Amino acid sequence: MSKVNITIDGQQYQVPAGEKLLWAALDCGVYIPHLCANKDKERPDASCRLCFVEIEGFDAPVTSCTQEVFEGMVVKTRTARVDRLVQTAFELLLSNHKLRCGKCPQNRQCELQKISRERKLKLKLTRLRPLLTEEKAVDDSTDVFIYDPNRCVLCGQCIWVDHKVVEVGAIGFINRGFKRKMGTFGDVPLAESRCTQCGECVKVCPVGALVFKEKTE
Amino acid sequence: MSISDKYHAIRFAAVEKIEKIKEKPHVLVGTATCGRAAGALTILDVFREEADKHQLDVIIDEVGCMGYCYAEPLVVIAKPGFPALCYGPVDEGTARRLVADFLVNDDPCYDFAIAALEPNDEFPTFEDFPRGVIEKKIILADCGLIDPDDIDHYLARDGYAALAKVLEMEPYAVIEEIKSAKLRGRGGAGFPTGVKWERCFQAEGSPKYVICNADEGDPGAFMDRAILESNPHQLIEGLIIAAYAIQASTGYIYVRAEYPLAVARLRNAISQAREKGLLGDNILGSDFSFDVIIFQGSGAFVCGEETALIKSIEGKPGVPDHRPPYPATCGLYGKPTVINNVKTLSYVPHILRKGADWFRSIGTENSPGTAVFALAGKVVGTGLVEVPMGTTIRELVYDVGSGIKDDKMFKAVQIGGPSGGCLPESSLDLPIDFDSLQEAGAMMGSGGLVVLDEDDCMVEIARFFLDFTQKESCGKCTFCRLGTKQMLDILTDITQGKGSLEDLNILQDLAEDIKMGSLCSLGKTAPNPVLTTLKYFRDEYEAHINEGRCPALMCKDLITYIIIPEKCSKLCDVCIGSCPTEAIYTRPDMLKAIHLDKCVKCNNCMVACPPQYKAVIKVSPPIVEEKEETVEGGKEDE
Ligand SMILES: Cc1cc2nc3c(=O)[nH]c(=O)nc-3n(C[C@H](O)[C@H](O)[C@H](O)COP(=O)(O)O)c2cc1C
Ligand code: SF4
Ligand code: FES
Repeated sequence: MSKVNITIDGQQYQVPAGEKLLWAALDCGVYIPHLCANKDKERPDASCRLCFVEIEGFDAPVTSCTQEVFEGMVVKTRTARVDRLVQTAFELLLSNHKLRCGKCPQNRQCELQKISRERKLKLKLTRLRPLLTEEKAVDDSTDVFIYDPNRCVLCGQCIWVDHKVVEVGAIGFINRGFKRKMGTFGDVPLAESRCTQCGECVKVCPVGALVFKEKTE
Repeated sequence: MSISDKYHAIRFAAVEKIEKIKEKPHVLVGTATCGRAAGALTILDVFREEADKHQLDVIIDEVGCMGYCYAEPLVVIAKPGFPALCYGPVDEGTARRLVADFLVNDDPCYDFAIAALEPNDEFPTFEDFPRGVIEKKIILADCGLIDPDDIDHYLARDGYAALAKVLEMEPYAVIEEIKSAKLRGRGGAGFPTGVKWERCFQAEGSPKYVICNADEGDPGAFMDRAILESNPHQLIEGLIIAAYAIQASTGYIYVRAEYPLAVARLRNAISQAREKGLLGDNILGSDFSFDVIIFQGSGAFVCGEETALIKSIEGKPGVPDHRPPYPATCGLYGKPTVINNVKTLSYVPHILRKGADWFRSIGTENSPGTAVFALAGKVVGTGLVEVPMGTTIRELVYDVGSGIKDDKMFKAVQIGGPSGGCLPESSLDLPIDFDSLQEAGAMMGSGGLVVLDEDDCMVEIARFFLDFTQKESCGKCTFCRLGTKQMLDILTDITQGKGSLEDLNILQDLAEDIKMGSLCSLGKTAPNPVLTTLKYFRDEYEAHINEGRCPALMCKDLITYIIIPEKCSKLCDVCIGSCPTEAIYTRPDMLKAIHLDKCVKCNNCMVACPPQYKAVIKVSPPIVEEKEETVEGGKEDE
């Protein structure tokens, strides 16, 4: 496989040509925050807006999950503009997230906590308003796992697994705008949907939205 | 027969037919959606009935929109021996008079006429008015003057001549002509059309597609609808030429389902074009085959975004994707696709017929051609206007639009709808083109232009547009889904007097971040109304926050309605009847007063109070209940 030379934060790396910068960087051990990226998707979702970097010669920060590497690419993962965008995107996600980490079954295994650690971002709201004013009902209808929409970050990882890996088609994004959420067709409880309760979606949830019941005990 | 022989045969037949029509009196009633809303269909019936009654040999046709919305319903009468005259607003009585006096007898009823359509010794033409001097109509030129349901009207005016010419050119030469004309996309962003076509032409993959974007989801925008309803063939011809240039065999017209008349007129136009051999297999006897499918969109604003629109045609949810890849290389079903706005495609036949140099001679260096605006708001002459790019806002508002209604003070123009911005008085002399607007923080957008006066609160205007984009956000990406909600909550608080100065900083920061961080242009442009009002009207924001005062007296939570005792007539009580909540009472001294706790601020009493008194006023900051008795002048003994 042909390789290209790129520079990330002053360090030079050889990475596979044609690869998206996010994966190249992660493989080189450089962390870039990300929630929605999925290597197997032919067209990245680019919806979480956390993976911004700056590239020399580009006039604005770009999402690294959509940007292909090229020979001589010079990347900075931390600039004032990048940090500001990532901070705002992160705070926005938190503003709509049930923030009680101590009570969350995914405590210490949560991608939001990782981003907070890596980028030194607070896990509480200081600037923005809490948008999660009324909590939505938790779906505990299946025998195997629960779905807590109040912790969902809409990364779409579960939907991908459901559609493309186990090929069941039980869940998808429903509603628009601020009301967008992961749900079943007709928004019925999971147990009444086509869901086979295989639990594969739970394994890819980066936060505490889909959790195995054994963990919630 | 050669392509041009074939074309000339079709055109010749059309010209003959139209010449015959011209021998008789010809009545044109504007029955586009805008005319219908003003009652044009009734007027049409009156003309038909009256003509029957008088057994007149006249031709009565439905046409589209001439753009003079303030004067609808509009009627044009062309009677041999007289200049063609335009009348409006025409009510039933006027319609009967026009039949009896003008069609039966020979009195052209100049009192009801607005203007003549061609120079004459009797009556001024549109060009004799300031609006006509500045306006330069290209794509609106035939709107309202030809019958959109009869292809011969279009053919007789050189319609499809450009297509006949193009079919004898190399496809790439067509692209070069469009590039040389520097035509820029009228869908909002102003991307060079020729470059887009070239990329698609060069892209690998087959088949290729062309799509006309007629989603038009901006609140208050209706220019694309007017063009579809008034001159559908102009667009169809442009679409066929685009298809030929990139060698596509299938095209789509994506129209919102809320435009039933546009869809009906397009359907009819497409089938007539097919009958004449202008669509379908071997167009005009050439090797080129192409057909069009009408796709009715669900009406979501975001479906106007090109990647979302394409997914919607594919039967998937209308949610935008990251670009690149652009549709030109990877569009509908993954194939190279050109997607253009209705107006963009409508210019195409004109450019090919009259040449790129002609087009570049109009407008500005980097934005040649004209701009179509829907003038609305507090301007006298509302309507659809087409002016050369580079026209100033002042000319648009004061010359074309005849100034502000009711002698009020101009405050701002909102250009470009929810993705545009508000420009203040200091921008009045800004020449409008794609780049100047972008620099000023606004955007051409779809061409909405709302004139705002002293009674419009800029914070409320910003809130209104943000409320729209927030509701229309598809919700896919973080900044737009949650960021616009945060901004909307802050703005709502400010309009209710609950904001803080710190909120203004957060608002500004969020706006900048959403602009830079959003996935698609809906999110990227949604903050524009807020950013421009913060920039040009920060004092209004501060008045709301610091003083609890709405300078324009518009924000309901920050105003109180009062009746000024000195002005109240005592003897009249229309305000009492107008109040839905019985908040107005008669004091022992017969003066009227408002119970502030009952008042729902519906504005009825203010409208009802006769103009000779004008006793109801609004004050801001609002009056707190206890102070009611101490209102200036309200201290008379009981
Ligand atoms: C939220 C959103 C809505 C849009 N709506 C429309 C529309 O109604 N009509 C349109 O022509 N373009 C619309 N656009 C622009 C299209 O994405 C696209 O740029 C345009 O159709 C290209 O045509 P043009 O090059 O002729 O301007 C919209 C863009 C966004 C982001
Ligand atoms: S910017 Fe808004 S409309 Fe565009 S993809 Fe993001 S959420 Fe959807
Ligand atoms: S990982 Fe790039 S936008 Fe989500």
